[in-house]
Amino acid sequence: MTAKDLRKGLWVAFFTVPGLAIVFAVILLPLFMSLFNSLFHWNQLIRGDFAGLENFRKIFAAEPYRTRFFNALGNNLKWFVATMLVQNTLGLLFGYFLSRRVAGHEFFKRVIFIPVLFSIVAVGFLWGLYLKPNGLFNSFLKLLGRPDLMKAWLGDESLATFSIIAVNIWRWVGFPSLVFLAAIDNVPVDCLEAAYLDGAREPTVFVRIILPLIVPAITVITVLTIIGSLNVFEQIYTMAGLDGGPNFSTDTIGTLFYRTAFGSVDSGNPEIGIGSAIGVVIYALTFGASIFSIASLRSREVEL
Amino acid sequence: MTTDFHFRSAGAGRKTLILVMEIVLALYALLIFYPLVNMLFSSFKTTRDILRFPFALPTKLDFTNYATVWIDKGFGRYFLNSLWTTAGAMVFVLLFGSMAAYGVSRYRYRLSTLVYMLFLSGIMLPLKAAIIPLFILMKSAHLVNNPLSVILIFIAMGLPSTVFILAGFMKSVPIDLEYAARIDGCSDWGIYRRIVMPVVAPAVSLVTIYNAVPIWNDFFFPLVFLQNDRWKTLPVGLTSFFGQHSTDWNLLFTGLSIAVLPILLLYLFMAKYFIRGMTAGAVK
Repeated sequence: MTAKDLRKGLWVAFFTVPGLAIVFAVILLPLFMSLFNSLFHWNQLIRGDFAGLENFRKIFAAEPYRTRFFNALGNNLKWFVATMLVQNTLGLLFGYFLSRRVAGHEFFKRVIFIPVLFSIVAVGFLWGLYLKPNGLFNSFLKLLGRPDLMKAWLGDESLATFSIIAVNIWRWVGFPSLVFLAAIDNVPVDCLEAAYLDGAREPTVFVRIILPLIVPAITVITVLTIIGSLNVFEQIYTMAGLDGGPNFSTDTIGTLFYRTAFGSVDSGNPEIGIGSAIGVVIYALTFGASIFSIASLRSREVEL
Repeated sequence: MTTDFHFRSAGAGRKTLILVMEIVLALYALLIFYPLVNMLFSSFKTTRDILRFPFALPTKLDFTNYATVWIDKGFGRYFLNSLWTTAGAMVFVLLFGSMAAYGVSRYRYRLSTLVYMLFLSGIMLPLKAAIIPLFILMKSAHLVNNPLSVILIFIAMGLPSTVFILAGFMKSVPIDLEYAARIDGCSDWGIYRRIVMPVVAPAVSLVTIYNAVPIWNDFFFPLVFLQNDRWKTLPVGLTSFFGQHSTDWNLLFTGLSIAVLPILLLYLFMAKYFIRGMTAGAVK
């Protein structure tokens, strides 16, 4: 190694080591600790015997963990499906409307994005108040002359999850809207002009030309939706409480994980082993989804 | 442009379509504005009036609620805590992040891809899932109830995307600029600071917003690590406030207004930067 190489090596170390050290200590080390801890029995904060995959078996097959886990996972699935169907479709629609530069589009673009900046906690508490039985939303229904539609939006087991998802859509729909707007703005004008010259109608242009050309944006939004749906926590915490009430109907992996890690699922004590196992499952699901999406993004890029 | 819709020159079918678009967008704007306006109005009303006349305007502009919440209920302190934690974390996210981006994008060496991948792995790993080992680590380092714990985690949260975005921009800075500086006797640090950083300054403002907004809003880590009222950040302070005053709706709406207004005001002045910054990871 020459002196020049050494100098270069030292400079590279100087630039990368501070960041690497933090990423290693806060992201990578805890990942391996989670994997390791999930393979042991724990008594509170004290590590016991090697347990093999016992903790994972418990989540998937032993009560009360099994019921709680699959109930929560089912709700995460509801989050994903409802968000894809409602929020992202709405976002695509808004993005398309805005891309046609209708009057006031700059104003609408800015307004739609406002709640995206707010903390989930503030939005959750605000709508938590509005959705109370005596809150603004029910008063509004009464004002419309439809008191028959008044509901306990967060108190009814069959409604609560969807009410919370609706609030989250209110907060976040601006994000996919503007991502889709940017994607549609990037569709080559020649393609659209050619279609218009051929006399294509607006729905045809949208389905045949715009949609196929914004597939990368659709993939990005899908991935972010998967990750977001797996990470739901604050929304439940603020609107339904840590137990995912009423009667666990709004429980998600995030809230279940928190209760397991800091105590209250079974014995009321933190359960490090089972908590770590749930953490590992969250890692695996998120990582798998990201890899899958990146792979499919790559294949689309070749197509285009 | 041919793709723009103009009402006056449009045919009958397109006129209907434009009308539908305008109505949908206007209704949605109303759905965003009204809850916020009602929140502000409610912060000037009494709890009794909020419940009895939810749609009425406040009768007087009385700021006692704000004084109570800001001073007596500690929101001033929560606000400053949020400010310092966010600022402290952002300084290091930008410094270490841009340095690492420089280190992986401006040198050729065998391990550069590995180093880059190590940073990128953080984008795909949900940090929340690591809360148990993080708690054990912070406890053994005596950092629980110390804002340093949260700042450290926020730095780690911000580094991967910062390295990803900045490395992309730094790669496109012409190498000739670097040669010229080197001939003038500039050190590697000098090239980073005087040549490359100024060129990628717009991207730096992008990553600042991309990371600062989620860090300012983060709830999970301060919830776990900052339970002492002295260090609570705004979202955590708001949570304990809601627990203690669940029936004082006027105070609750005041607390919410205080939590939401600063970022809204900032947004009024720099909407374009916020939009570009926050969608930076998803829009190429």
